[in-house]
Amino acid sequence: MDNFITLDYGSGGKKTSALISDMILPLLKNEALEELGDGAVIDGAERLVYSTDSFVVSPYFFPGGDIGKLSVCGTVNDISMAGGEPKYLSLGLIIEEGLPVADLQRIIDSIRAAADRAGVKVVTGDTKVVERGRGDGIYINTSGIGFLRTPGLSPRRIREGDAVLVSGTVGDHGTAVMLARNEHLVQAELKSDCAPLHEMALALGKELGEDLRVLRDPTRGGIATTLNEFIEDGRYGIEIREKDIPVLPTVNMVSEILGLDPYYTACEGRMLAVVDPASADRALEILHGFEDGRGAAVIGEVTAEHPGKLVIRTPMGGGRIAAKLSGAQLPRIC
Amino acid sequence: MALDKTKTYHLMEVCGTHTMAIAKSGIRNVLPAFIRLVSGPGCPVCVTPPEVIDAALRLTERPNVIIATYGDMIRVPGSVKGDNLARRSAMGAKVRIVYSAMDALEIAKAEPGSEVVFLGVGFETSAPGTATSVEEAKRQCIGNYSVFSMLKMLEPSIRALASDPEFNVQGFICPGHVAVILGEQGLKFFEELGLPAVIAGFDTDDIVNAVRMLMVQIAKGEARLENQYTDVVRPEGNPMARELMDKFLVPRKDIWRGLGEIEQSGYGLRPEYAAWDAEQKFDIHFGKPVIKTACRCGDVVKGKLDPMQCPLFGTVCVPEDPEGPCMVSAEGACAAAYKYRAF
Repeated sequence: MDNFITLDYGSGGKKTSALISDMILPLLKNEALEELGDGAVIDGAERLVYSTDSFVVSPYFFPGGDIGKLSVCGTVNDISMAGGEPKYLSLGLIIEEGLPVADLQRIIDSIRAAADRAGVKVVTGDTKVVERGRGDGIYINTSGIGFLRTPGLSPRRIREGDAVLVSGTVGDHGTAVMLARNEHLVQAELKSDCAPLHEMALALGKELGEDLRVLRDPTRGGIATTLNEFIEDGRYGIEIREKDIPVLPTVNMVSEILGLDPYYTACEGRMLAVVDPASADRALEILHGFEDGRGAAVIGEVTAEHPGKLVIRTPMGGGRIAAKLSGAQLPRIC
Repeated sequence: MALDKTKTYHLMEVCGTHTMAIAKSGIRNVLPAFIRLVSGPGCPVCVTPPEVIDAALRLTERPNVIIATYGDMIRVPGSVKGDNLARRSAMGAKVRIVYSAMDALEIAKAEPGSEVVFLGVGFETSAPGTATSVEEAKRQCIGNYSVFSMLKMLEPSIRALASDPEFNVQGFICPGHVAVILGEQGLKFFEELGLPAVIAGFDTDDIVNAVRMLMVQIAKGEARLENQYTDVVRPEGNPMARELMDKFLVPRKDIWRGLGEIEQSGYGLRPEYAAWDAEQKFDIHFGKPVIKTACRCGDVVKGKLDPMQCPLFGTVCVPEDPEGPCMVSAEGACAAAYKYRAF
């Protein structure tokens, strides 16, 4: 193979075949994929969970991960949040002309490692190459299928008094990516929290049954935006306490310098769970049993007060309403 | 202690970072009802008049110009609601978000075919960094870089505010970052206004302490400048930074949203640096101020109108669709009130 992906690799001809047979197949091999059919025939269960997500992160390598790992975890997590056990992924690559092959290799390697860890197979895919200048190196789309294991998860199940939990520290991923983009401004040791959540989600679903109301991973917009989504129907409000929300000191420091707010910054390996208060302790115990769930904490509860509004209690004792994120977070002037 | 608790004591902060820190901390909810924290003209974006923003927007129409700006400028409208740098960028203008003037200079170096214009918004805190970029541009002979200076000075706006007969403030929370540059000595002018003033840091503890120090002075009938932020603010400030500013910048008459024209209240580039002065380079002229919206930002920055009392607040004017800068700037009083609405 050449050192750089050129437009030829996206043509559908010989070079496309070479890309698939020489790099992608050896790394991602499984029977279904090796058939190289238009669609993948796979065993099904009664009800399937199906999800898709696209990944355009820049830079595509960042501390704690890369676009490849992200593209697997993102869809795996969406399936998991909907109560599914993730099984199969499709992989769509849109590559910019000039991308170094070594970078692509590293990304596909990450995809393999993440897929293995999540217990999923990449069974079908597509590759396109676009002209130089049209696309940040590489864009990836994954869509995924899982078997439904925990039916009924939904914000509609939320009740007054329910406990709100988060599985670990918040804002790590978004902050790590901004750090990677602004290395000249601030240097810090910080890794993205990018990780698959399927094991923790399935464990909670299995053990808590209907006491588990809803799960969601707080990606773009952070925990504040996601919690607002839970109460959009206006039946209840949610109150969370600043002093209970786990945030790494490094995330706080970098956020202050770059003008970000950790509560509105994306996580890629964390989940928010709403559970019956009687099961809150058990839920924490379950999460703490997983490496990625060590930092899990109860951060607040569902309340009949201020329906439709998320309120954050400050350490001062005052409270403030936290609305959904409007537009991208922008840094301050001085 | 002689405090009349039937009165309301208004304490004004004049720094956008304080505006946000106070809103975020929830301090207002736990202060007694007779103490009110008010926002003044501390948000540099918010006091930039619409005709200046319009001039920056017009610059984007030149084909080879790249506008480099702090992030929170990109959604600030000029005289026409909805017209802002973000929209111009979507329509093909070249706009880059930077954290500092030096970042903008790096863009100029990387793109020799373009003309990079840095929008130099800010008070004395941002002035030294802006001046440094001109120093470096000269030293490295970078010709495709210029600064559109919108830099403003703290003292003249405070004096203008305090001279308004309707001015009803009993104490000032003074800006910690500006004080780093100017020092206690540079903020002594507050004492001439006959009101207590405390230089404060930005943590919740700092602010609460500053409020306490102000109320003690008010109770004793004193009007002194005190420094709560002694960790960082020295009596002499940062003389090197001021030397840098003096070398490259010169005070000039400037227009303030809400306050009108004030003599010697803004900074322009000295004539010997005209080659890096965007106003000279691009022959920038300002149109007549025509406010085409019902925006009351001018009253908000003077502390005359509480954001939530504005009839447009939260209905017609929201961060996604602002009438004026106060609702969309990261340090705007209306944005702070909206984002951190007290509960």
